[in-house]
Amino acid sequence: MSGDGLDTRHRGEALRKAVLIAVPYLWLVALFLVPFFIVLKISLSDIALARPPYMPQLDLSAGLAGLRDFFAGLDFENFVFLTEDSLYWKAYLSSLQIAAVSTIITLLVGYPIAYGMARAAPEWRPTLLMLVILPFWTSFLIRVYSWMGILSNEGTLNSVLLWLGVIDVPLQIMNTNIAVYIGVVYTYLPFMILPIYATLDKMDSSLLEAAEDLGCSRTEAFWLVTLPLSKGGIIAGCFLVFIPTIGEFVIPTLLGGSDTLMIGKVLWEEFFSNRDWPVASAVAVVLLMILIIPIVLFQRNEQKQREAEG
Amino acid sequence: MAQTVFAPWEDPEEKPLIEFRNVTKRFGEFVAIDDLSLAIYSKEFFALLGPSGCGKTTMMRMLAGFEDPSEGAILLDGRDISGVPPNRRAVNMMFQSYALFPHLSVWDNIAFGLKREGQPKDKIAARVDEMLRLTRLNKFATRKPHQISGGQRQRVALARSLAKAPKLLLLDEPLGALDRKLREETQFELMDIQEKTGTTFVIVTHDQEEAMTVASRVAVMDEGRIVQVATPSVIYEAPISVYVADFIGDVNLVRGTARARPETPSVAAEAVAGPTAPEPAAAAAVAPNLAAPEQTASERSAAEAALPVDPRAPQPNALGEWLHDKVLFPILGRRKPQQKLLPAPSPQERATSDRPQTAPPRDAAQAKPAPAHADDPDALAGGGIVIDWAEGQPPVIATNGDAALDGKPVVLALRPEKVSIGKAALDMPNTLRGKVIDIAYLGNISTYHVQLADGSMIKAQTANTRRLSRRDITWEDEVWVGFSATAGVVLEE
Amino acid sequence: MRGFSWFNVTSLTLGFAFLYLPMILLVFYSFNESRLVTVWAGFSTKWYGELLRDAEFLDAAWVTLKVAVLSSTIATVLGTMAAHVLIRAGRFPGRTLFSGMIYAPLVMPEVITGLSLLLLFIGLNIDRGVFTVVLAHTTFSMCYVSVVVSSRLATFDRALEEAALDLGASPFQAFRLVTLPIIAPAVISGWLLAFTLSLDDLVIASFTTGPGATTLPIKIFSAVRLGVSPQINALSTLMIAIVAVGVITASLISKRGAIRQAREEQAGLRATG
Repeated sequence: MSGDGLDTRHRGEALRKAVLIAVPYLWLVALFLVPFFIVLKISLSDIALARPPYMPQLDLSAGLAGLRDFFAGLDFENFVFLTEDSLYWKAYLSSLQIAAVSTIITLLVGYPIAYGMARAAPEWRPTLLMLVILPFWTSFLIRVYSWMGILSNEGTLNSVLLWLGVIDVPLQIMNTNIAVYIGVVYTYLPFMILPIYATLDKMDSSLLEAAEDLGCSRTEAFWLVTLPLSKGGIIAGCFLVFIPTIGEFVIPTLLGGSDTLMIGKVLWEEFFSNRDWPVASAVAVVLLMILIIPIVLFQRNEQKQREAEG
Repeated sequence: MAQTVFAPWEDPEEKPLIEFRNVTKRFGEFVAIDDLSLAIYSKEFFALLGPSGCGKTTMMRMLAGFEDPSEGAILLDGRDISGVPPNRRAVNMMFQSYALFPHLSVWDNIAFGLKREGQPKDKIAARVDEMLRLTRLNKFATRKPHQISGGQRQRVALARSLAKAPKLLLLDEPLGALDRKLREETQFELMDIQEKTGTTFVIVTHDQEEAMTVASRVAVMDEGRIVQVATPSVIYEAPISVYVADFIGDVNLVRGTARARPETPSVAAEAVAGPTAPEPAAAAAVAPNLAAPEQTASERSAAEAALPVDPRAPQPNALGEWLHDKVLFPILGRRKPQQKLLPAPSPQERATSDRPQTAPPRDAAQAKPAPAHADDPDALAGGGIVIDWAEGQPPVIATNGDAALDGKPVVLALRPEKVSIGKAALDMPNTLRGKVIDIAYLGNISTYHVQLADGSMIKAQTANTRRLSRRDITWEDEVWVGFSATAGVVLEE
Repeated sequence: MRGFSWFNVTSLTLGFAFLYLPMILLVFYSFNESRLVTVWAGFSTKWYGELLRDAEFLDAAWVTLKVAVLSSTIATVLGTMAAHVLIRAGRFPGRTLFSGMIYAPLVMPEVITGLSLLLLFIGLNIDRGVFTVVLAHTTFSMCYVSVVVSSRLATFDRALEEAALDLGASPFQAFRLVTLPIIAPAVISGWLLAFTLSLDDLVIASFTTGPGATTLPIKIFSAVRLGVSPQINALSTLMIAIVAVGVITASLISKRGAIRQAREEQAGLRATG
């Protein structure tokens, strides 16, 4: 009788748990994992004129033979193509370079802001924090767009500079990589400020007092104490800017020029303009492989931070 | 206290409310509870006591239904409750963190369990009001948990867990979050409420004082096993193992080898006299270890050799000492070194205690001049054991020791309050001499840490019944510590 | 130590000017009479009027709102479930894969997510439209919800749930009556986050949408690709205003709540002290 109770209870509990796990699990498998494998598979297929425009197609009705044919039809042709056409590897390199440069600029802009926030009077800090987060809630697209009116040849920036007499001819900023850097720094700045602010805010201010007590000047105390202690926040912030920038599409499309090569833009064009799905898929697979390295490094940094905290 | 003695555990007819039958609980490789059996009776206030990680919390969680035993069965009222989910058990729990629902008022917290039973509204209201009265929380019914003090939160948690009138209430470190004074008050309040409601309480605690205060019985746990289950006084006075003795209260542990003692009282008296009667030569052998800081060993040895003293000479009283120090000393010289010789046993007496059977009988009255001890029957009892515990130290007599332990390593557990301390030789079956290293003055009592000649420490406690002036023992003083032949508990190592 | 420092004031002023000036200019020029961005030709609200008469924009706004409400609601339910699984379920087969699938979409470039979902929908022969966009948005925003909710659940005192069970609540009742009310702020922020992500998304929606289901970001993107448009300025101003009002209201409410709680706690201390 007691064994009965045990069984019912365990059965009920197990069923509840199974349902709880299965629903989100299956959702993610169906709409994240399976699509990913489809991309992988198509990247190994050949383009065909019929729709869907790729070969081979898995013919399940043909059974095992169909499966064998299917695998026999897969090859790395698209990946070979990527290495042969300089457009692709240039786009990858250019994406990495733009991401790296804009990450460094974002750090240089973001650190003083985060530092200023952490040193502000405590009653001001929640307001400042909200002011940093607020742009994050407004549309990304609109924030990028807002710079189009400022940077264009007859935009606000050029008008002001001409009026001030600083320049005689409008500066060509729009449709260059500089505009892309500005766009990335502007839209991703909160991602840099928040983790740095978090580490600075946690830092015990008596550490600085101790450093000064031991003979450091304020500047020395900053370089020897504050900066090393905010390393975790800096690394986290840099990855949070670097990783999404690599695959960025909106910013290079709206602010960049025709010579601005970024892989997100290339993938989009490959898919929508050239309708070459296998190559677009191969571009996506390579992009993912490139991203794995910074993502793993980022995870490791996060884990180290967590361990350091307790 | 309706009945004269509440001891259902001694009544073989009484059915236990809770029974653990060979319960084992494993978490992976780790064995939290190891083949444990235990019976708890209705209306008991039962304490599970042990250090953290001993398995006491696991036992409580198994009773509440949050864990199931890996093996064995837990019976409530004779029915196996393993597998019954916590929400269907007539068992309620007061959580260590109180686990008050922060979004609900005090009233709603207490009513939470009643509402789950689907009782009519007026009945719930009546019961909640009753609980509020019982815990004196009427004024705070509409407050949220964060708006009341820690002590009040504790009472809300108690009221909430009692509201459903459970057969068994589990209390997980219920007073851990309160400060000392509040904790002591609350302990009595808990006992009061337990008695009023007649509920069986099982409390988990690592605080031995708390367990001793509130519980009718205490189970001392260690590494998933119950070491001893008994009333607080038995646990304290008659621990069954070194672990229990050491865990509960303060204790001196004297480790040594047992030797059986003869049953004849006369011989016992002989042995009793042994350690108290000093002899110069032996004293000389012991004394260097105890050398007072201002004297070198050789000086003292010389002084002792030159001045043999009657071991049973009466000791000077305070007035005599004052007279000596202030009046006679300048003329006659110092007396103290001789006095220090007094306690060491004579070779003859050593022989008697070494071979008690062959030793000639001696007059017990001679060895025990103080009339205060004459009426102590234990002091003179025969049998038991003596314990050899250190080179150059007299063996310790324990008449309550089991003679069957002869030759085995044993530990004498001796509570500090049963050890007397004095500047003069003490008239007790066991006396040792040493130097005061530390004094812990706690107001009502003082604990003296005395270092013996072999370097070991012994703690002696005295109640400070008089004002400060009387407490003449201070740091570095040469003192005597003594205890009766039944003061300690002999435990097998 | 915490004195007035010119360096800090300067960096904060410049920093916030950089963050807010572009949007302020956007708002400013939305009231410009002229079509040209930089030439101020007097105050006018004509672009707002034009915007509100533009049926395409209104349609797109309606589609976007529908998608956002649907996807964020489903994502909140799924994400809360997933958070519960991550924090509470312990070990189960495929746990590592599960947490990987929760965290991966957060760092996955949108172009890849969009491409892969589109290929799935084509492979399954599903007609693309509002339905597919909702599926796509739900999938990535449920991951954000589960991260927000699981960080709250991780600090949630399990004893509260156990206390509810102990007092006779069924596991579901314990969740509904105790856990949910306490983690509600995290669930609500999860929903808001999912809602904004959906409102904002251009790339994934572009891949997964079909005829008749143009969302507002797609509409804005195609309009501004060619250059600045005063109509978009007006639309942006409206969107910024909605967000600003929403965020400020929310923060005022939570601030008032915090003040009230502090006052109550003080009162409680006084009563007991």
